[in-house]
Amino acid sequence: MRELTYWQGVQEALTEEMARDEMVFLLGEDIGVYGGAFGVTRGMLERFGSERVRNTPVSEAAIVGVALGAAVTGMRPVVEIMFMDFITLAMDQLVNHAAKMHYIFGDQAQVPLVVRTPAGGWRSYGPSHSQSWEAWFLHTPGLKVVAPATPYDAKGLLKTAIRDDNPVLFVEHKLLYATKGPVPQEEYTVPLGQAHIKRAGRDVTLVTYSYLTLMALEVAQELEKENIGVEVIDLRSLSPLDINQVVASVKKTGRVVIAEEGHKTGGVGAEVGMQIQERAYEYLDAPIQRVAAKDVPIPFSYQLEKHILPSKEDIYRAVTQVMAQI
Amino acid sequence: MPELVDYLRTMLLIRRFEERVDKLVAQGFIKGTSHLYAGQEAVATGTCSVLSREDYITSTHRGHGHFIAKGGDVKRIMAELFGKIDGYCQGKGGTQHMADFSIGHLGSNGITGGGIPLATGAALSIKMRHTHQVVVCFFGDGAVNQGVFHESLNMAALWQLPIVYLCENNLYAMSTPVWEAVPLRDLALRAAAYNMPHATVDGNDVVAVREVVGEAVDRARAGHGPFFVEAKTYRFFGHSRSDQRLYRSREEEAQWQAKDPILRLQGTLLETGLLSPEGLSALEDEAMREVEGAVEFAHSSPLPSPEAGMEGLYVPEGRGVLA
Ligand SMILES: Cc1ncc(C[n+]2csc(CCOP(=O)(O)OP(=O)(O)O)c2C)c(N)n1
Ligand SMILES: [Mg+2]
Repeated sequence: MRELTYWQGVQEALTEEMARDEMVFLLGEDIGVYGGAFGVTRGMLERFGSERVRNTPVSEAAIVGVALGAAVTGMRPVVEIMFMDFITLAMDQLVNHAAKMHYIFGDQAQVPLVVRTPAGGWRSYGPSHSQSWEAWFLHTPGLKVVAPATPYDAKGLLKTAIRDDNPVLFVEHKLLYATKGPVPQEEYTVPLGQAHIKRAGRDVTLVTYSYLTLMALEVAQELEKENIGVEVIDLRSLSPLDINQVVASVKKTGRVVIAEEGHKTGGVGAEVGMQIQERAYEYLDAPIQRVAAKDVPIPFSYQLEKHILPSKEDIYRAVTQVMAQI
Repeated sequence: MPELVDYLRTMLLIRRFEERVDKLVAQGFIKGTSHLYAGQEAVATGTCSVLSREDYITSTHRGHGHFIAKGGDVKRIMAELFGKIDGYCQGKGGTQHMADFSIGHLGSNGITGGGIPLATGAALSIKMRHTHQVVVCFFGDGAVNQGVFHESLNMAALWQLPIVYLCENNLYAMSTPVWEAVPLRDLALRAAAYNMPHATVDGNDVVAVREVVGEAVDRARAGHGPFFVEAKTYRFFGHSRSDQRLYRSREEEAQWQAKDPILRLQGTLLETGLLSPEGLSALEDEAMREVEGAVEFAHSSPLPSPEAGMEGLYVPEGRGVLA
């Protein structure tokens, strides 16, 4: 099968959906000539023109709000927020408006809105350009949250997100953009709300998503040498959450580690861990372990940054700890 | 006007600093990204020349020039860019997140427009504490499209706060030309909506900047409220390290290179005899030496210990202002 990079997977989804449905259009800062801060929309202005690849002023609140207004009146906007950190400026439009409109107004209001945004650290971008805030949005009923780890999933999930009639926050990762993977030539989509078992294992369930999936797979490989079978589950969608697949795995292994890049307190792991204990408490042979960023801002200096962000060593240690419990 | 030589000294220091940072980023000694101020030196220099140490500024992602002009120590700025412990923020902040409150620098800012309400609040505090300080709030043409810009200017005008909003219009916000982002020729007109006096100035003329900002600062200090200055200028480098500059022409760049604020000031000084050619090369050498000293300092400063990243989240009990 041909290989594409993650950014190409994202771009192909955008291109195909724009070709398929003329209501689909893009808006965001520097997505035109510049091709977006991470180059995801490069070349798209030439192909689709400035009406549909709409370069905006630096106005995140209005970008998302304007997209919402377009969405409820028949368009299918796909917004790019340059860094996930800047989503804070559009929080009101997403949380107080987009997420609740269908619930309150009923079928007259459909919100086919996608907000794409890159999260993540390890780039020495400092405290306002390195954060992973997806956990906030699990706490927002009405929003769907997707965070793919592979080019295949990036393309397939984005196509589904664009066809979804509900607001979807689509979290990309800066360190994934250049990674490569198989992407079929033929049309396909990936449904939202389905986790994916990346690697089967009998001893411990390692739940993760986005960039940490790559780390988790490397750790699982290493632990294989020590005869520990790690089942790596990539959640892919955080909301809706495929807890059934996670629970099925836990019933098999009895041990769980949840790894995420966001801060530990109030993170994705807190929610997933609690749902596991609600549904599979009697199957657990050890307390659930979490691996996450420490609860301080992400500092600039790489020496500090890598200490604050989760590491492969952290995941390795957590797995060996849950395995040590009898 | 002997102070013109001082302006040139500051502007040369900023220029050499930025050129050196550009190389250090390419060589990987400075990680992440950087937004260079070269081309805009007259704005920070002319502006900060009318401020005292106690006056406040807020800065932006393109902030090295503001920091140097406000009296920042280039050694400690450079060390911060290297992520070292002798940097202004011990490596926690990096290029977009630096401050030195002791010289009135309330922080550069990674969020476009993020410093504007903060500056406005500092001006409110000055008014409430009766300290006779003034705030200068630096921001770019891109920031005038953020909601907080409008919300803040409105409050400053309503409450007649001692603040000068200094918009550096360098024609682009990243790749977006100002004429595709604002339907006005002069951004200063934005202030008219808030009934705020305003002026547009040639941002590549350090004396013109000093005159206009000087008057605005005097007004603010005398209790006559906020003022908006638009300084028209140009950044010589790309937006940040990865910028190919596809959105502007080499001809346009050449036109602005010809208006280089440093060459203009040098020209004036040489013509009027305020500076000799020997004096000029001495200033050049001095700037080079200072920058090289800063680079050496940054190289030899240690990296922070990893655990230092866990420190300082809260003011410890007994160490706060109320203690
Ligand atoms: C809230 C927010 N949105 C977008 C960005 C990305 N960004 C960084 S600088 C910049 C352009 C700012 O342009 P301007 O205000 O004109 O300043 P200049 O870079 O020209 O100095 C943008 C869009 C950001 N840092 N923060
Ligand atoms: Mg600008």
